[in-house]
Amino acid sequence: MFPELNALLGADTESPERQQFILISGHETDSSFLLNHFLSYYLKAGCSLCFVALAQSFSHYNVIAQKLGVNLASARDQGQLLFLEGLRSYTQLLFTDTPETEADNPLRFLRTGSDLRPLYDFITAALMPSGGERGKCPVLIIDDVSLLLSLGVTTLQVLDFIHYCRASVCSKYQGNVVCLLQGFEESEDADNERLLKSLCHQSTLLLQVEGLVTGFCKDVHGELTITRRSQVRDKPVIYQYKIHDKTVSFFARGLSAAVL
Amino acid sequence: MEERGLISAEEDDYGTYSNLLLKYFLAEGVISGHEVFIASASNIPHSIFKDLPAPLTDEIAKQDDTSKLMESPGSAEDTMKIAWRYQNLPKLESVSLPSARFGHYYDISKTMSPDMLQSAKTHSFYLPNIIPLGGTYDSSSEMPCDYLQLLQSIQSVIHQQGFDGSNPQQKGQKNILRIGIQSLASVLWGDDICARERPHNLHSLTRFLYALRGLLRSSLSVCVITMPTHLIKNKAIIARVRNLSDTVVGLESFIGSERESNPLYKDYHGLFLVHKIPRLNSLISDASDTKDLAFKLKRKMFSIERLHLPPDLSDTVSRSSKQDLAGSTKLLSSGCGSAAAGKKHLDF
Repeated sequence: MFPELNALLGADTESPERQQFILISGHETDSSFLLNHFLSYYLKAGCSLCFVALAQSFSHYNVIAQKLGVNLASARDQGQLLFLEGLRSYTQLLFTDTPETEADNPLRFLRTGSDLRPLYDFITAALMPSGGERGKCPVLIIDDVSLLLSLGVTTLQVLDFIHYCRASVCSKYQGNVVCLLQGFEESEDADNERLLKSLCHQSTLLLQVEGLVTGFCKDVHGELTITRRSQVRDKPVIYQYKIHDKTVSFFARGLSAAVL
Repeated sequence: MEERGLISAEEDDYGTYSNLLLKYFLAEGVISGHEVFIASASNIPHSIFKDLPAPLTDEIAKQDDTSKLMESPGSAEDTMKIAWRYQNLPKLESVSLPSARFGHYYDISKTMSPDMLQSAKTHSFYLPNIIPLGGTYDSSSEMPCDYLQLLQSIQSVIHQQGFDGSNPQQKGQKNILRIGIQSLASVLWGDDICARERPHNLHSLTRFLYALRGLLRSSLSVCVITMPTHLIKNKAIIARVRNLSDTVVGLESFIGSERESNPLYKDYHGLFLVHKIPRLNSLISDASDTKDLAFKLKRKMFSIERLHLPPDLSDTVSRSSKQDLAGSTKLLSSGCGSAAAGKKHLDF
């Protein structure tokens, strides 16, 4: 969790905002530091999480989360976090699964090429509020929706899936959905572009990360554009950022410590 | 080199330098006693092994280093009057071989001795041996059978040799598997993404890479892939491949390009482009301060050097306070002699 980002977003761990669809997109740069922020933020706020991690392994997220002050392994053991490791599930699907064990694999739709219902069922089963935890805010985090396209899922299927997730998690359970989508500029990837535009349109909070137009710089790693789409009058605000080992510092454009 | 990482090298137009890079990677594995896996659809793996560069023995390498160090300090101080910023460069960094981080240098004019090759534990995958020529493909399967078979071959090596920690007998001695895949996605792999703009198997390559990434993450292995990206028509695939790799470097050879005659590049044979650097287990990546690198092929070695220095813009530059600035100009004026005489400020 980056305190500076919380201040920018006006968020605190006491009462996280609900019914949000937060979209993180990255152009020509890595935006996963924002995802790690939300992961640790919602864990600290006591929400119950379902994390569909397609991009990296559990140990990767766990090492970073420890730097940010939360322990994913213990959160998983306590039942606060349900972690789906996409890389592991997919290799299991290819190499070790028998027809019987395959029925439990949330990624089994990749073999048949059908819709993403198994994954959706997995998520809703995880986030369904049970009797005692009615006050807890359920949160779904998906790391890199664009990987689904690489795995052969069509844009329409992904859009359907996200829509279902929003309907269940945001509306029905009063929770939040956080998605990361890697954008590829100048790559003529029409499918990814369409997906990005549609999800931008649906989002309530949009965090866009871009590399500097002038190229790589040691002291300014990129620009973050925050757009709140729920309030019509709000203008997007732009900050530059620098990533440190355990935190990220944000500053107004052109006000890096290196040039002052 | 990052363990459990996937490194993809985008080939230069004729594949000369990328093959060399792959050989360096494999040779380093043989020298370090790692197990080596090589997959190819065009060259017989055995011949690739026979062609690995011979290592320079330690004594010679050390002598080279020390002699470089010996001669450089004295001469550099005298000569660098104009390009004074280059003086502060660490001397050895400017000549860094891709595999020299562990202290091995190679002589590419010689091949590795057979004894050394025999001592190495190697595995190979040669596509024409697996699938007979003229065999028919089942186009309905999710991945072309070639990729699936390559995956299964890698998986069985990882599993049988205990790199995934499944084999408890070998727990004491941890070893690393180095996987090298040559010219993945070329037509010889039975993939049509190089041939058509809208290929039949649009997702086969990315699915393969995703599964490979999964295998690497759960085992002690590292993989280098060379890929002829300039042949892939559909640019969307390249972007997705880059997204799936941990490290992406590109080799841009000057052979046949206008840059060959450009005086800026006259000392080099090509540009070494860094597209992506790994961010494994950390928020930040280990970034060096420059990404403008060029390579050249000498008679005996392949070297990657920095092309030029980055623009100076950091916390510690002399511009941060006026006094420092004055001090540095004094130094400058003494260095530059009569041209910059007087205590005038030099503005850059």
